[in-house]
Amino acid sequence: MTDFELIRKEFPLIDKGDFAYLDTSATAQKPYAVLEAVRRYYEEENANPLRGLYDLSVKATEVYEGAREKTARFIGGETEEIIFTRNASESLNLVAYTYGEKVLSEGDEIIIAISEHHSNMLPWRYIAGKKGAAVKYLECDENGVYSPDSLRALLTERTRIVAMAQVSNILGRVNDIPALAALAHSAGAVFVCDGAQSVPHMKVDVKELGVDFLAFSGHKMGAPMGIGVLWGRKELLEEMPPFMYGGEMIEYVTADRVKYAEIPHKFEAGTVNAGGAAGLAAAIDFNEGIGFENIHKRETELCALAMEGIRSIPHVHIIGSEDPEEHCGIITFYVDGVHPHDISAVLADDGVYIRAGHHCAQPFHKFMGVMSTARASIGIYNSEKDIERFINSLSQLRRRMGLE
Amino acid sequence: MNGTFYNEVLTEHNVRPYHKHHLEGANFSLEGVNPSCGDDIILSLVIEDGMVKDGAFEGDGCAISQASADIMLDLIIGQTVEEAKRLADIFFRMIKGEATDEEIEELDEGSALRDVSHMPARVKCAVLGWHTFETIVMGKKRDDTIETK
Repeated sequence: MTDFELIRKEFPLIDKGDFAYLDTSATAQKPYAVLEAVRRYYEEENANPLRGLYDLSVKATEVYEGAREKTARFIGGETEEIIFTRNASESLNLVAYTYGEKVLSEGDEIIIAISEHHSNMLPWRYIAGKKGAAVKYLECDENGVYSPDSLRALLTERTRIVAMAQVSNILGRVNDIPALAALAHSAGAVFVCDGAQSVPHMKVDVKELGVDFLAFSGHKMGAPMGIGVLWGRKELLEEMPPFMYGGEMIEYVTADRVKYAEIPHKFEAGTVNAGGAAGLAAAIDFNEGIGFENIHKRETELCALAMEGIRSIPHVHIIGSEDPEEHCGIITFYVDGVHPHDISAVLADDGVYIRAGHHCAQPFHKFMGVMSTARASIGIYNSEKDIERFINSLSQLRRRMGLE
Repeated sequence: MNGTFYNEVLTEHNVRPYHKHHLEGANFSLEGVNPSCGDDIILSLVIEDGMVKDGAFEGDGCAISQASADIMLDLIIGQTVEEAKRLADIFFRMIKGEATDEEIEELDEGSALRDVSHMPARVKCAVLGWHTFETIVMGKKRDDTIETK
């Protein structure tokens, strides 16, 4: 039996703040364990990793490379397959700029799910435009389901890349990545998976997913902002050109020659975010300490409570499945007659913090036929009281906007 | 932000706008877009002899953008273009927190939006109607969109 009151107390902003924070999909709050790990790094372990030959630099290197080993084990990859970036956006840009640059030529095709975050859409559109490749959008049904058949219908011998999130930041539904990735492979394409919304909330194993690249952000799982991860299959990473050029990404440089470092350092130019990596390692420990089964169970329980409350309020409509099991703690909704930014502003008056807008997925909103939506998203530190506060505020919304 | 921001003036102008309709015979018409909220209005005006003789708007958006456009039309219809521009200037300065109380009083129901000066995310909503008006009468052009290809 997990004591969720105790877990809540591990998050200073949540424990001390008088508000219901329901915007975890945008960024998660940080537990003491992470804050302490970052502080410890800078108080006791800081030097420029990978560089100095003195004890402190060796220690800093151990912290940084230790975080890499932990991250690799966390998602079931090899240590040298883990590249630290700033966030999932940078990870996806890295793949587009390097892998995309290398394999794409005129007439090739990239398939992107229509519900993708702009981070897993615009890098592909950029590189497609540069290389004369075409972007095709994979559409979901009204429940947000991407069927293997719909992907099969789009795949051609020119498909080089399929890009898709494991969990959409709007729908919260878990896509059947193993089946879709296998299909992409059968057509000779690689599968790039955005794990920004899945990795923080469920056990993810890259081998079980069967993907070629997985990107995620540390800050959505309690780590500091500014540390993200790209995992890629070793044989692909080795063949890719560097992403950025500069310090720490070379074996040697002469006036007219350069030999780049082996992976992963080839992709990590400049001084790295070792403090962030220390925080990420602590966040992984923290989440695994609770256990992803417990995290999923708790978040689904609160999600069910919120969805039940929403259904009792007229004029409020949830996007996607009716089953809380298929939401990953993400509830995107709209209210008849009230613009989402007004929803968010009125709820903020009551200390309920939710996101409103297009959630960096404008083409998907267009596809769904709505301009924008509101989104409440749940984290492990939320409580029944937070949900109650949210539902209370939401139930008064239309009246307060002069509609009832 | 306090709990009274969505006051009755604002919700009334949003739910029952007086000037939200198509305007026959308009000699100026311009679309104004605020990409952050997805607010999208078309402002139509009848301007003759230096006077704003009539005006209306159509479109969709958040309560702040819609109410602000409706309140603006209340204020500028029947005024000279010069006077309307002066009011626009006061409105912009109010939103920046730079207008005096006496000036804000001149904006009548427009003063219901003064707290937007503490809400940076909503400034674009509040000024959308006024910006569109200014673009019509001053010929200024704003372009926020970039094509990706």
